[in-house]
Amino acid sequence: MSKRDKFRVVGKPRARIDGLSKTTGQTRFADDITLPRMLHCKLLRSHVPHAEILDLDVSRAEAMAGVHLILTGEDFPVTYGILPVSQDERALCKNKVRFVGDPVAAVIAVDEDTAERAARSIDVRYRPLTTVSDPVKALSQDAARLHDYGEEGNIHRRLAYSFGDVDESLADSAHVFEDVFFYQGNTHLALEQHAAVAAADPEGRVTLWSSTQCPHYVHRALSKALELPTTQIRVIACPNGGGFGGKTDVFNHEIVVTKAALRCGRPVKICLTREEVFYCHRGRHPVLMKIRTGVSADGKLTGMHLQTLLDGGAYGSYGVASTFYTGALQPVTYHLPRYRFDACRVFTNKPPCGPKRGHGTPQPRFGQEIQLDKIAEKLNKDPAELRLDIVEQPDTLTANYLKIGTIGLAECIKRVVARSKWQDKHRKLPFGRGVGIACGAYLSGAGHAIYWNKMPHSGVQLKLDRSGSVTVFCGSTDIGQGSNDVLAVIVAEVLGICPDNVRTVTGDTALTPVDLGSYSSRVTLMTGNAAIQAAERARDLLAKAVAEQLEVPGETLLFADGCVFDPADPDSGVSFEQAVVAAESRFGTLGTVGSYAPPRPEARFKGGGVGPSPAYSYSAAVVDVEVDPETGMIIVNRVYIAHDIGRALNPVSVEGQVVGGVYMGLGEALMEEQVFRRMPPKLSDALVHRCPSMLDYKSLSSLDMPEVIVELVENPDPNGPFGAKEVGQGPLLPIMPAVANAVYDAVGVRIDEVPITPEKILKGLDQKARGGEGRVGPADFPDIQWPEPYFVPPPWEGGDGQSTNDPEQKRAATMHKMDRTTAS
Amino acid sequence: MMRLPDFRYYAPQTLQEAANILADQGPTASLIAGGTDLLPKMKRRQQEPETLIALNNIRQLKEIGNGPGLRLGAGVTLSDIVADQRLEEDHRALWQAASQVATPQLRNTATLGGNLCVDTRCTYHDQSFEWRKAIDFCIKQDGETCWAAPTSDRCWAVSSTDSAPALIALGAEVRLVAASGERTVPLEALYRDDGALYLTRQPEEILAEVILPSNAKWRSTYWKLRRRGACDFPILSVAAALRSDAGGTVREARLVLGAISSSPVLCNDVAALLIGNRLSDDLIEEAARLAGASARPKENTDAPAYWRRRMAVPMVTWALKELRGDDMCDERRRLAGQAASMSHEPQSSQTTNEENPK
Repeated sequence: MSKRDKFRVVGKPRARIDGLSKTTGQTRFADDITLPRMLHCKLLRSHVPHAEILDLDVSRAEAMAGVHLILTGEDFPVTYGILPVSQDERALCKNKVRFVGDPVAAVIAVDEDTAERAARSIDVRYRPLTTVSDPVKALSQDAARLHDYGEEGNIHRRLAYSFGDVDESLADSAHVFEDVFFYQGNTHLALEQHAAVAAADPEGRVTLWSSTQCPHYVHRALSKALELPTTQIRVIACPNGGGFGGKTDVFNHEIVVTKAALRCGRPVKICLTREEVFYCHRGRHPVLMKIRTGVSADGKLTGMHLQTLLDGGAYGSYGVASTFYTGALQPVTYHLPRYRFDACRVFTNKPPCGPKRGHGTPQPRFGQEIQLDKIAEKLNKDPAELRLDIVEQPDTLTANYLKIGTIGLAECIKRVVARSKWQDKHRKLPFGRGVGIACGAYLSGAGHAIYWNKMPHSGVQLKLDRSGSVTVFCGSTDIGQGSNDVLAVIVAEVLGICPDNVRTVTGDTALTPVDLGSYSSRVTLMTGNAAIQAAERARDLLAKAVAEQLEVPGETLLFADGCVFDPADPDSGVSFEQAVVAAESRFGTLGTVGSYAPPRPEARFKGGGVGPSPAYSYSAAVVDVEVDPETGMIIVNRVYIAHDIGRALNPVSVEGQVVGGVYMGLGEALMEEQVFRRMPPKLSDALVHRCPSMLDYKSLSSLDMPEVIVELVENPDPNGPFGAKEVGQGPLLPIMPAVANAVYDAVGVRIDEVPITPEKILKGLDQKARGGEGRVGPADFPDIQWPEPYFVPPPWEGGDGQSTNDPEQKRAATMHKMDRTTAS
Repeated sequence: MMRLPDFRYYAPQTLQEAANILADQGPTASLIAGGTDLLPKMKRRQQEPETLIALNNIRQLKEIGNGPGLRLGAGVTLSDIVADQRLEEDHRALWQAASQVATPQLRNTATLGGNLCVDTRCTYHDQSFEWRKAIDFCIKQDGETCWAAPTSDRCWAVSSTDSAPALIALGAEVRLVAASGERTVPLEALYRDDGALYLTRQPEEILAEVILPSNAKWRSTYWKLRRRGACDFPILSVAAALRSDAGGTVREARLVLGAISSSPVLCNDVAALLIGNRLSDDLIEEAARLAGASARPKENTDAPAYWRRRMAVPMVTWALKELRGDDMCDERRRLAGQAASMSHEPQSSQTTNEENPK
């Protein structure tokens, strides 16, 4: 019997428990909810990018028939924000607007048409402020400040960490590579537009149904922003029609309709337009980056210095976390003896950036994987071999104190190399055709909640009764990734029943135990472990009762195929239903709980909380492209991708996630860009999203997709449920650099930025024809005044995870001294 | 969601009835056939007609009949065109153009007349009311400035019809019907090089019919540039039609560039260069360079003007080579962003789940 056959449900390709409802259109999304006497809400959004609100006159709108309520910034005195360090948002702007799309007023009316007409009748007088559009210019102090918190100028946050002396390593290296890359911002483009419905009951309690990935965080934020006790609020996450990080934040429209429902005493609904979804954004940060890497003569990395500049948009959102993530995961793929990381996020008058699939890590991964391609070429090594030689070892503590357990990266590289016939193709295909390789890594769940606490990250309750039915209650939210199916698979495996007999109740703050939410690829690992614990406790109860009945020791009983039996005497077993009856008779009403909290991270330095995870997933991809030198068109022939999943709980779902990641990655590589248009400054202050529509924001359609060949590497991780690691985000990471490297192999042009478009190819080819290097990308990285770094010696240099200095204390002391000097 | 403004709705049964209602309602009325262009524009408040006069119930507009070549009712859908073998064989440019408009779902609804009259497009204008308010509107509607060319005093929105360049190359005429009478004009005369007033159609006129000449011995072709093969408006197109004699000498020629200006551009100088000559590589190169010189796009469509301008030369070259009889399948495939068959590198999908070596 092979290892795999031990499982009866896990690892078997199955249709998901919610598959039919989804494919037949029966799933009820937030916008499908209609309640009696329901009112409709529209937001009036700022049409200026940066201004002070001088006057807001709602009298004309208020007088319109059918208008029930108008809310403005005055109604929302309390600020909120997803991260405790960035409480900088208001449900409706009060004194100031910060981007085109920032909401200033809400109209609640009998129908959408009335609400929209009334919103247009609100008169707002603005006093324009300087438009801040360029992140480099935003660095300087003289640009108008968007917020009165943060650091100097429009700098939101700067970070600096030094894990060992990188300059010393680089000085001693045979080669030092220095490259500058740019990763353009892009958005999630989930098919479902955000919608929310709120309804209050006569007791003054309120329920919000919303397309959110994180009902628990919405619950907390509503309580703060509306100054209501959490006990008065219930948040229900509807199934999401795609999330990708775009529904992980707390949104102004959610707070507005909740307040409005309480004020009107009637349900209130809002469904955003596609354009408004572009303004919600919280998507990929545009990142300019510089990478200096030392390499030994035989191709080993000696140290890396990474600098990133993030264009954050108008608010904090998850931005501080995103900023950390632009550096946190670089050391988990290849062995990096020393590492220095500086990062800076600035505010600009654009929709706020935040987490999108890969959260902050695809940008530096793009840069590093292209740089490795350049290193391989310079050293005359095969880029796949170069990577195989430097892949990090399992059970390692990295230079920045991340604990790697299993790592299947080498196997991933070998699989895609074999599958794609890499050796026959790389540097061997005719001009115009090429292959590129790249790798990536991602978290299986963040090691910390976004607010500090000692409680579990995920909780599961299990209810069993005499009907033989099992219901799992969990705060997790199915955003299309299949998290409900994960719960069903795991409970079914432990209890030996069919997943279709497991009901799931999820994402409801009143009914389900807390799960932090569907973000950071945490759900399979964390809810999975909690579900195993709850299911094993239930199994123990059942086993005890059945053992007494059958007069055998409980530990010998097997739960399989809907029966509980002694494998030595299978015929004398009982059905699962009979087992539940026995247990209910013996113990009373049955219910068990399970919970999960990740292991304590090894990092002891300030800021070390971003990056740790119970397990890291790994991916490698080879992309085969054709590039037409005459038109610059890039055609992806095929994508080969291997993903280290630990164990595939449901291989069909896993492959679906891998292909979805490839799809999104190709969009980012080739087309997608959330870009803004500045009019000639003499004529206009405007700064507008260039293309806030699904037609003009270019993304691939299913017809534009190449064939994707998926290899799953299964090397069970001890921290994962049945060994499973994440798959929702990781497979995106290698795609963009693999495309860039393939383009170089095809036509010899380096495109050091995304998207990689035909005109950039042509510009690179033209440059080359004129004797230039044939590179398109940013010229340089700006001078940024970095703070003194936290110095943390790596584990192999005697470090214990603490920094040996405290630059902040030092800085505070200097400031204090300066203040005194100025005062005197 | 985005909501339509209120409007009155008429659904006449005959062309005459439609023309009478149009005359009666005046310029605040708009004709609607497939609605694939008009309705999104109404939702964005780019157009707010008080009255819609639907042409869907008028049988006569949906017919394909015999004329000198063929007579196509303006209400014929693009899918009808794609399904018509006569068009596929004898008026290939039109067939190719219709096949490349939008997606199958939209082609099932969108009509030929609608595509000929499709509004000019511009990234500064094809936006919601609120977005346009943020840039203080533009010269096409409610504003003063053409943001694509702020020093210019005209609108530079781009002619985005696929079928017009093809039909102009084919020498088509259109019949316009009003309550007071009707007229037939060459299709190119329907267009004006002004993004705001891009049609010469009078407000009371209905585009009723497209008349194709007998194109025996003509060969035609249509090439379309767009970033996303699956669904996009053209950002440059080339339509060409030729009649050559038995010896291969070009006797008649028409070449049209689409989606590069506010109207289709009929390149008479290119035609003059071709006529009387055989399509040698040198001649094609010269013709392409000449045509390319008339491509002066602005930064107001999807892809950068740099790319659109550069692509005119290769696309004209391919169009003429195809008319010469060269096999241009590979160029067409690449331009549509389609991968070549990789059948020589077989992939057995069964093996993706193979057991892992342990």
